This record gives sequence, structure tokens and C-alpha cells, in this order.
Amino acid sequence: MRGGLLGQIAVTFASLSLVSIGGANAILPEIHRQVVEVLGWMDDATFAHLFAISQAAPGPNVLLVSLIGWQMAGVAGLLVATSAILLPSAVLAFAAGRIVARWSETAWVRVAKNGLVPIALGLILASGLVTARAADHDALGFAISGGTALFLVLSNRNPLWALGVGTLVSVVCTLL
Amino acid sequence: MTREISRTELFLGFLKIGLLGFGGIAPWARHVIVEERGWVSDKDYAAVLGIGQVLPGPNTMNMAVMLGDRFQGTAGAVLSLLGLMAMPLLILVGLATLYARFAAVPWVGAAVGGAASGAAGLVIGTALKMIRNIRPTPMAWLFGLLAFVAIGVLQLPLVAVVVVLVPLSIAAAALERRA
Repeated sequence: MRGGLLGQIAVTFASLSLVSIGGANAILPEIHRQVVEVLGWMDDATFAHLFAISQAAPGPNVLLVSLIGWQMAGVAGLLVATSAILLPSAVLAFAAGRIVARWSETAWVRVAKNGLVPIALGLILASGLVTARAADHDALGFAISGGTALFLVLSNRNPLWALGVGTLVSVVCTLL
Repeated sequence: MTREISRTELFLGFLKIGLLGFGGIAPWARHVIVEERGWVSDKDYAAVLGIGQVLPGPNTMNMAVMLGDRFQGTAGAVLSLLGLMAMPLLILVGLATLYARFAAVPWVGAAVGGAASGAAGLVIGTALKMIRNIRPTPMAWLFGLLAFVAIGVLQLPLVAVVVVLVPLSIAAAALERRA
């Protein structure tokens, strides 16, 4: 059964790797759909908690996938999930880097980039909305999400400040 | 391109970026690579990151692979990737273990809940900031909005949305360029 689960983890995330244009944020809704709705590996609350822990650690947002692997199958799950989500796109980046280095100033590369940018932006914004829906259960949650978003747009300070304040506000309001 | 960057330097540089990158590694990556170590110029860095953004996968990962390859070939790409992932994975496992042990304590649950709400806000804020900096054309607004509604509101499967929207958006960009 364990081998079967690891295989399922590998297939699930490897198939998402090559569509994750814009990074892990862009595939968050799809990760959520697969893990919570299709595969039934965990509920919404657990997913939101794993997301929070993955954001609290340094590193790329793709760590959420590593953490899902860890939650499902320990260290083996962590390694399989991380490799599955990263290797396909890394190999593609390796090949693309060599090609683009040769063709970088052609019109085609620029047109392709212009076409991809808005899709990436739309996907990131969508994942913000999907995550907020999973994480925010009351007015306080929405206020923290909104305040953090506003902080990021208006300030160039380290976003860790906003995360810290949001966490503190949540703790204080719960204890009072 | 002219400067020689050793494999050890690559590995340690990316290790540091991974260690520092609380709340997202992109700002730290630029700080270490451009300002602190001077591996590439700002312009060069933006170009590599731009390609990494367009490709699937985390843009900073793609950037690490491409820069590693540029300086030290395949081995450089592998070392950069490993360096970038090593510390975050270790810290992640530590945090998850602590959380599993203390999840029942009320304020720990509230803290993680608050962090989750804040993290969602970070994603929204990042998207808004990027939109502000990139200043999309009307056509780009249209396709960005379509992608947002398809995934964020209608919650359609991602692969189908990407397969339909990306070719249309690139075609539109080509037409816009010609017009």
C-alpha cells in the first residue's frame, strides 16, 4: 500500500510540474482540488494549516507539495513529492535556458513571453482567492488576509512583518 | 559571463538564499546574486528571472538551474538546485514536527490560522504588485481576467485552462504586436 501511495504522490505532482507556470502559487487551486476533493487525502482545515507552515518556512512556495508528501508518507513522501514537482520543470528550464541563450533576441521569444505573462498573473491572483477561501473562516481571517495584501502592495518592507503581525493579531483575539 | 564562479561558490550562494528566504526567496535571490556576490548584472539577472517566470516551475528554481548551467554546466545546475532546496526542506520538517506536537494548544492553532490568512494575503498582494509593475495592455487584462475567473471563481481544472488560454493569449500578443 505504501508503494502505491508513493506512486500516487509521484504521479499527482509530476503531472502538475509542467503546468505550473508562475510557480506553485499558480497551481495552488489545482493542488487543493486534487488533494482535498479528488483524492480525499485531507480536509480543508488540514490543507490550510499545511499551507501556513509551508509559508512560514523560508524557500519557494512549492514547499507546500513537500509538506503534503511528508504528511502522507513521512520522509519518503517528502522526497518523492519534492522531486516529482521540481524535476520535470527543472529539466525543461535547463533545456530552455540553453535554447533561449541562443535565440534570446528574436521576436518569437518576446511574443511568447508577452502572451504568457497575463495568464501567470491571473493564475496567481486566483490562487490567492482560493487560498483565502480555505484559510479565512471569519471576519478576522478576511481582515488579516486583506491587511497583508495591502501591506505588500503599499510597502517594500519584508513581508515577514505583515505575516508576524497577522499571526499575533490572531493569537491575541483568540485568547481575549 | 566573464567571471569564473566555482561549484562550491554556487552551492553556498544558493544555500544562503534558501536559508534567508522567509516570505519568498525572490528578493533575497537578487540581493545575494547581484549585490553581494556580483555573479551577474541587474539586467542580466532580470532577463534570466524573466525566462524562469515564463516557464513552468518556481521562477527562482528555474533561475538557479539556468545560472548554474551557465557557470558550471550540468553539475552547476544540479548543485544550485540542491543548494536552494536543502535548508528550506530541513526547516520545513522541523516546523511541521513542532506543529504536530503542539497543535492542540489553543494559541498554536490560532497562530497557524492567522499565518494561513496572512499567507493568502501575501499571494493576493504579490499578484496585485506584479500587475501594478507590469502594467498590462488591454488584451493582457482580458486574458489575465479570463484565467482568474476560470480558476479562482469557476474552479475549472488547471491543465484544461492552460491548454486553451496560453495559445490564444500568445496569438493575441502576436496580433497586438503586428497591429
